[in-house]
Amino acid sequence: MSSTTPLLDVAGLTKHFPVKGGFPIRRTIGAVQAVDGLDFQVAEGESLGLVGESGCGKSTTGRLITRLLEPTAGKISYRGQDITHAGRKDLAPIRSEIQMIFQDPYASLNPRQTVGKIISGPMEINNIKPEGGREKRVRELLEIVGLNPEHYNRFPHEFSGGQRQRIGVARALALEPKLIVADEPVSALDVSIQAQVVNLLQQLQRDLGIAFVFIAHDLAVVRHFSQRVAVMYLGKIVEIADRDDLYGNPRHPYTRALLSAVPEATADETPARERIRLVGDVPSPISPPSGCRFRTRCWKATDKCASEAPPLVQVEGNKPGHLTACHYPETADTVPSPHLTKDPEAAA
Amino acid sequence: MLRFLVRRIIGAAVILVIISAIVFVLFYAAPRDPARIACGKACTPETLELVRKNLGIADPLPVQYFDWLKGIFVGRDYTSFGHCHAPCLGYSFQSRESVLSTIADRFPTTLSLSLGSSVIYLIFGIGAGMLAAVKQGKAVDKIASSASLIASSMQIYVVGVLATYLLVDQWHLLDRASYTPFTDNPAAWAKGLLVPWIVLSLIWTANYTRMTRSQMVEALSEDYVRTARAKGMSRRTVFFRFAWRGAMGPIVTIFGLDLGVLLGGAIITESTFSLQGLGMLSVKAVSTNDLPMLLGVVMVAAAAIVVFNIIVDGVYAFIDPRVRLA
Amino acid sequence: MSTPFLSIRDLRVHFGTEDGVVKAVDGLSFDLEKGRTLGIVGESGSGKSVTNLAVLGLHDPRNTKLDGEILLDGKELITASEREMEQLRGNKMSMIFQDALASLSPYHTIGAQIGETYRKHTGASKRVARARAIEMLRRVGIPQPDMRVDDYPHQFSGGMRQRAMIAMALVCDPELLIADEPTTALDVTVQAQIMDLLKDLQQEFGTAIIFITHDLGVIADIADDVLVMYGGRCVEKGTKQEVLRTPEHPYTLGLLGSMPSLDGPVDVPLSPIPGAPPSLLNPPSGCRFHPRCTFAEKVPGDLCSTEQPALKLTDGRGSACHLTPEQKRELFADYATARTN
Repeated sequence: MSSTTPLLDVAGLTKHFPVKGGFPIRRTIGAVQAVDGLDFQVAEGESLGLVGESGCGKSTTGRLITRLLEPTAGKISYRGQDITHAGRKDLAPIRSEIQMIFQDPYASLNPRQTVGKIISGPMEINNIKPEGGREKRVRELLEIVGLNPEHYNRFPHEFSGGQRQRIGVARALALEPKLIVADEPVSALDVSIQAQVVNLLQQLQRDLGIAFVFIAHDLAVVRHFSQRVAVMYLGKIVEIADRDDLYGNPRHPYTRALLSAVPEATADETPARERIRLVGDVPSPISPPSGCRFRTRCWKATDKCASEAPPLVQVEGNKPGHLTACHYPETADTVPSPHLTKDPEAAA
Repeated sequence: MLRFLVRRIIGAAVILVIISAIVFVLFYAAPRDPARIACGKACTPETLELVRKNLGIADPLPVQYFDWLKGIFVGRDYTSFGHCHAPCLGYSFQSRESVLSTIADRFPTTLSLSLGSSVIYLIFGIGAGMLAAVKQGKAVDKIASSASLIASSMQIYVVGVLATYLLVDQWHLLDRASYTPFTDNPAAWAKGLLVPWIVLSLIWTANYTRMTRSQMVEALSEDYVRTARAKGMSRRTVFFRFAWRGAMGPIVTIFGLDLGVLLGGAIITESTFSLQGLGMLSVKAVSTNDLPMLLGVVMVAAAAIVVFNIIVDGVYAFIDPRVRLA
Repeated sequence: MSTPFLSIRDLRVHFGTEDGVVKAVDGLSFDLEKGRTLGIVGESGSGKSVTNLAVLGLHDPRNTKLDGEILLDGKELITASEREMEQLRGNKMSMIFQDALASLSPYHTIGAQIGETYRKHTGASKRVARARAIEMLRRVGIPQPDMRVDDYPHQFSGGMRQRAMIAMALVCDPELLIADEPTTALDVTVQAQIMDLLKDLQQEFGTAIIFITHDLGVIADIADDVLVMYGGRCVEKGTKQEVLRTPEHPYTLGLLGSMPSLDGPVDVPLSPIPGAPPSLLNPPSGCRFHPRCTFAEKVPGDLCSTEQPALKLTDGRGSACHLTPEQKRELFADYATARTN
């Protein structure tokens, strides 16, 4: 039975941030629908990639899973145990198993603490005394993430950006987590350093069997790191599938547009994907479009899209586990008609 | 804009009510009884009771407080003074005079002192600060920075006494500090206040020099200043149109708060120069247990700060379009 | 061919700091023709932004030492007076920056910021400048430009702000446009819009563009020629096809190997460049890349650590590396097969 229970099970996860306003007394007059009804699972040892553009709610999702934010609705289960509203006490044993890695390696390390102190911090808080002492464990961890164990007493500012991110990884590893939520872990780093950190995380996933929720805007990095990928748009998952299905056979128009917009470092004159240019910007999450939230930028949108929100289901032609939320899913040979992808302002 | 004003005025009223309540409670927490002091040495319990009634402090504390509040809005009746029109702040325990008219009498002194010195320190402080920012790292900057550091570490009572001794007594350059109403004789008004103005603004100038300099240096390193240069704007234009605009916001904010505080009474300055302003009035009210007077002065001071806060927010929104008033 | 529109010879930009001299750019040369786009690639501290701020003369003269030649249409810029530079900036050459929100003044409307550039260089009236601003906003694809012209930057979305910045840079029809990571802060769909816009505008006006980026994918999309910078020097130069298909410098190879792709194999780990970018305060001796170079040992002796390799160019194509062409063919072959698979 336990083998079928996913490590992390998220159902209907919703986070609305209240918007204050009104007169003469300030009150809640609306909500930023940052995350709106997410369903997904993460199996043990698996890496799920969360991609999407800024404001799609991917970072909020990461913070909800790690319980840094309190969900408005929905359910988060960890190994079958409901942790949605678990208090400090109930959460304590789980907190050590779910860790987070942050984007900014400069801001997320306390500049006044030595590396040793930073990495042993989680052990102290959770009162964990590893065999051979905490210092020995920290030195081990430094070695695992590819840093010199002799640097135990150094301060963060003595390290480069890539090394700092390694310190952040070592801290996350200190409690032997089962799940790491990595929020844009490489996007602040130089290209050559990005690859170092991606390789490190991949090695950890393989060697230590750690599951990842890998949040990033870079589709190529996500593809490289994640076995399964969910694409988010305006607080909703529009498509979720195994890596090869998602990148090879994108069914949601947004997924397709997103993939076609990624510039590839090839000198080929004919791009691998025909270009789809989305028009305009992502609408405000305070008053998202009715029905399908992508419809205002979609070249296929009809009245149905405005009235009916498409459910996230296995649409015809999808392999099992490939879910798409679209009334008119793409097929391999649909080519979006060019005049609809042009800027209406420019055409007018 | 109107919404902003209404909301802020309601907020200000709430703050003033809370402050007055705190003053009331604190006053009665002190062990001294104003009635006993007013009653004098040969005081029988009967007279004491009568004095209490006359002073309006015979009732329980909440009733007293409510009467006081009511007086502000609708006026109140006193057995010994008769009717006191709204806004009524009561009568002094000490001098038996109307608190409102006493404050009205003293306020012009404080107003003249603070406004006059503000004009001086704004001109010199901002001027020196901008000069230091333009000449960053050069001699002018270093002189301005060190001079302002020295000046800001001085104390008014030391500088005040020294300035009076040298400028007035020894060299006979200026007049001793005194207050003549502006409406009576503008020249005498200015002459009498010149020494306190100079002394008060010396220290404030130093603060504003340092603040202006650091704000300008920060604004000059902003990306939009670089963009302005990249599109061909001259250093001058960039300095006055772009950087200054960015530096102005914080300066206006601090100035509004400072002026509010000054208007509440510059206690040390007034006592150094023996000027009878609100500061001196509050000192006297505290030392003589004069509750109505103390409340009145505190209310005026608090109102000044609150009002200038609102003005600052309004001006800030005007300077920086990103700030919306709602 | 006549003299190139922009010609930079042996440019050196050194900053005096409390810790010593930072050699941000140390001997850089390149040419740019009108109507072409040169992509400058490099990581943080490679000197790519510093170079271009030097072209515009925007470094603080109090702590910057400029050496070499910058010729714009035959005019020497390094020795030009501040007044002469002001005439050129925003007029003959202009620049767009990465962070459009921070780079536009929060205190002035979009229209005023575009218009004042126009007025400064043409002496046009306020009314004419405003009309011109609206026209430019329309050209860069801002909907309802006659309304949005009075908006402040914070009222625009990220993509629109970058469009407004482009409108501001192009208002005087510059002949040289320098774009410093203009799409890095944007989402991919918006990035694609902006790059299309730049390409369209270049076709229309024949502008020469320098496009600075750390992203080789962006280079592949927009550049004609590529210049790879490392540690303040050019390590490789060539057309886009040459540099991306057959890289000649181990650093370029490393950059390509560091980038995951949308189509390549996923089960092999990336091949990152070990180590971190060099300190420009105490740059490594010899070839600045040698401490991170996996091929340095293939070069006989300690040539890599003692002697700075010269940039050898034939028809604008070449690299600065001690490896022989034969060695490169052999050593880089693994990479080539990995790329074609």
